[in-house]
Amino acid sequence: MSVAKIGAASYRLKNVGIKGTAAVVGPKEGQGPLGAYFDKVWVSETNHETSFERAERALLEEALNLAVKKANCSWDDVDLVLGGDLLDQIVSTNFVARQHERPLLGLFAACAVFTEALGLGALLIAGQGPKRVAVGAVSHHMAAERQFRFPIELGYQRTPTAAWTATAAGAAILGVAQHEDLLVDTVTFGRVIDYGSKDPNDMGSAMAPAALDSIERHLAATGDRIEDYDGIFTGDLGVFGIDLLQELGSAAGLRFGDRLNDCGKSLYYLKEQDVHNGASGPGCSAGVFSGYLYQRLKKGDWQRLLLVATGALFSPTTYQQGETIPCIAHAVTVSSPGAHAR
Amino acid sequence: MIFLWAFLVGGVMCVLAQLVLDLFPVTPAHVLVLFVVLGAVLGGVGLYGKLVTLAGAGASVPLPGFGYTLVTGIGEAVKVKGILGLLTGGLTAAAGGIKAAVLFGLFAALVFKPKA
Amino acid sequence: MADQENTQRVRAYQELVKSRRPSKPILKNVIYAFFVGGAICEVGQWIQWGFMQNGMTAKEATSPTTVVLIGLGALLTGLGWYDKVVKHGGMGGTLPITGFSNAMVAPAMEFRSEGLVLGVGAKLFTVAGPVLVYGLSAAFVVGLCRYLLTGVA
Repeated sequence: MSVAKIGAASYRLKNVGIKGTAAVVGPKEGQGPLGAYFDKVWVSETNHETSFERAERALLEEALNLAVKKANCSWDDVDLVLGGDLLDQIVSTNFVARQHERPLLGLFAACAVFTEALGLGALLIAGQGPKRVAVGAVSHHMAAERQFRFPIELGYQRTPTAAWTATAAGAAILGVAQHEDLLVDTVTFGRVIDYGSKDPNDMGSAMAPAALDSIERHLAATGDRIEDYDGIFTGDLGVFGIDLLQELGSAAGLRFGDRLNDCGKSLYYLKEQDVHNGASGPGCSAGVFSGYLYQRLKKGDWQRLLLVATGALFSPTTYQQGETIPCIAHAVTVSSPGAHAR
Repeated sequence: MIFLWAFLVGGVMCVLAQLVLDLFPVTPAHVLVLFVVLGAVLGGVGLYGKLVTLAGAGASVPLPGFGYTLVTGIGEAVKVKGILGLLTGGLTAAAGGIKAAVLFGLFAALVFKPKA
Repeated sequence: MADQENTQRVRAYQELVKSRRPSKPILKNVIYAFFVGGAICEVGQWIQWGFMQNGMTAKEATSPTTVVLIGLGALLTGLGWYDKVVKHGGMGGTLPITGFSNAMVAPAMEFRSEGLVLGVGAKLFTVAGPVLVYGLSAAFVVGLCRYLLTGVA
């Protein structure tokens, strides 16, 4: 294990592996095109919990417990837990830590928190700190709606650029790489970028410049080309955000082509499930990676993946005060052991 | 005839509100506030009353009708109580609707649960 | 200098966003708003007619009609149907008094989990509050003007 600083905020890591992942999602996510890849699909949005906030916690707890189990270890082996969620004071992450009783570093980067945790956890392991780190992120549609928008039953029309906060949790266990473990190769932490967007119903366009910034700096620091990746997945830019990122990319000389995709765009059948721009929320990138993307890599369909979770760092207060929306994106390269030798 | 006008006037008012919502960067709450104020002003100059006579529920059911109710309530109260009516008239006229909404809201909160 | 460059980049990007943003289906929204709003008013007119059959004048019948519609709005909200009415009907569902009822009942239901006083009690007026505040204020100002100009309000 070792770590080398290769750019302003980019690091190359040796021998940090993903020991196991788990994704637990709500019924709507289970009915989407990736439904078969999730470890568990809830039959209802609350799964018998008495509040949406409790449901969000249960979702994260289940994902973390499953990930620990699938990594063939026990909670006692986990030295540190990293993660976050969208609710005020990241209560879901903090309250779940009450159950597992492991040391916790709660993080907030809105919907970008999964790659923040993944990158940071991997960096700590490579720096020979903790031996085993659990990372996780969660969001719940109704808990987020309640906090950021309106009550569930209040009628209103969604605009075409509005995203649907996913009910999903994803978790991964990181440790020293062995055998066939997927590797966390390189990490680039994002800067806060604000291009003056104000509309909370259009976060894809607000976040696209932040995604481009992190991808550009990641490619520059690592020397990777776009062709070196089988997939570049942003977090929750959605249909419109990806469209803009393609455009921004070609203006900057990056031709992503169809390697560029988005977790939020992939989680639902956009038309049939009536989600407009696609999915959003910390659980979106966490769930899609821990379920679908991890398995694509594990099965050998893909060799290398760049995961760039994106976050809009606003609150209902800043929005009502007319402030613009600052955004961030953290980029993590995950590769199969074979690809690493290349 | 009033049944036809009720449909047309009510529908057109909703169309105007929809246009304000879709063409300007405002939330539905802003549109509701705008329309209730419009109802009060048009009621004050006597136009809204004519619309209510013509279209019945088509004018009294949409939210401007609520603004109109407040203003006519004030008018009637001032006739009876003088200047104090300016303060008491509006809520007196709207009391039935507001109280019903509060009671139904409380009742629904106890009985129903939000769904996806 | 850097600031100026930044402003320019931001402006150029916002232009791009504006030109690419998928447009709202305004025509469809307007047509739906017309029929949904018209239909709700039509129902209101029938209810009012019903009260008038029992000897009320049109004016007397307005208040009970409002109460019945508010009750219907509350019931549909409770059953989880009213948000679907508005999803398609837009302001056609929001502008009628049934929408006002929806705006009070929805937060009340939702904040039940925060308790009866600070949840239901406090949140009942989250959306309806501004309407009452500005409706009452506007009516007061209008009434005052009429009083000052004509001596009667």
